[in-house]
Amino acid sequence: MVPPTIVAILAVLLCQLAGEVISQASHLPVPGPVLGMALMLGGLIISERLRGVIRPLAATILGNLLLLFVPAGVGALMQLGSLGSNALPLLLAIVVSTIAAIAVAAVTFTLVARLTGDRDQSGGGA
Amino acid sequence: MTDIWSYLARDPLLWLAMTVAAYAMGLVLFNRTGRVPVLNPAMMAMALLALVLLATGTSFETYFEGAQFVHFLLGPATVCLALPLYDNLDRVRRAALPILVALFAGSVTAILTALAIAHAFGTGPDLLAALAPKSATAAVALGIAEQSGGSPTLAALMVFLTGLCGAACATPLLNALRIRDWRARGFATGLAAHGFGTARAFNVNPTAGAFAGLGMGLNALMTAVLAPLLLRLFL
Repeated sequence: MVPPTIVAILAVLLCQLAGEVISQASHLPVPGPVLGMALMLGGLIISERLRGVIRPLAATILGNLLLLFVPAGVGALMQLGSLGSNALPLLLAIVVSTIAAIAVAAVTFTLVARLTGDRDQSGGGA
Repeated sequence: MTDIWSYLARDPLLWLAMTVAAYAMGLVLFNRTGRVPVLNPAMMAMALLALVLLATGTSFETYFEGAQFVHFLLGPATVCLALPLYDNLDRVRRAALPILVALFAGSVTAILTALAIAHAFGTGPDLLAALAPKSATAAVALGIAEQSGGSPTLAALMVFLTGLCGAACATPLLNALRIRDWRARGFATGLAAHGFGTARAFNVNPTAGAFAGLGMGLNALMTAVLAPLLLRLFL
């Protein structure tokens, strides 16, 4: 019997690998890991055993997701200087558009949900 | 001492350990300062590591030899997002319409406002191409930017700054807007600020995290379609 942790690691890596292969072969603008997520979702729907083995691994990885962005973030910070005189307009564009996108998406979601009479049981909270 | 340093500085182990240690320090500081979203542990770790690299004259390439082992886990982590999505599958199905409308509205807003502001300041076409896909997850954004004539490294920087901004602003912004639906809060944060926003959403609420992962995945697709089209309006 293969230990559950190994099954979980293997399943995640195989989904990502299959995702990469499909992404490369189909020239879709979707990255391999995102396709891998879709494949994994299919697997989870089908197999209860998979749900059981993936849960502890996913909890560990997703619980520390921010750590995984640190290396790329260090690279980005070290590059800030290369923007030169474009830094200010670009930063302004990023800050304003990110705030606008969050606000528009959240308000649209809430309005459409209300119009379609959809109430979520998780409602409430800050 | 210098011998040991020059040996270790070239060894991947040192920078791998430093990355995790910096994050651990970030977590301690984050908790001590009352968990202010702007001071998130990853951001403090990045600033700390960037300072250490500058102070020791270490190149990013050397640093990344070690840090790549952490960086690699971003792919498996994306695959793992399927689990919270599975757990919320019924709610996702029921919210299909709000999800699709918010996806389109949010994606267009993210691309158009960024391009309009940068364009108003006279930013050149190559920089606009790097800026347009900034709300998509890094792997997608790099490809889109390159396709439209933007630099992939600059695109990565834009993506990262967007994530940082989104993760820092989301909670106070959504509170000010009085959005209480965790689905809407998470979805908007993941859509606008990809993985960084998703990580932030998971720290706040599991439902928000699941919907943030969904927002990130769907917006990767939507941005791939919309960014090249909307970019043409400004060239």
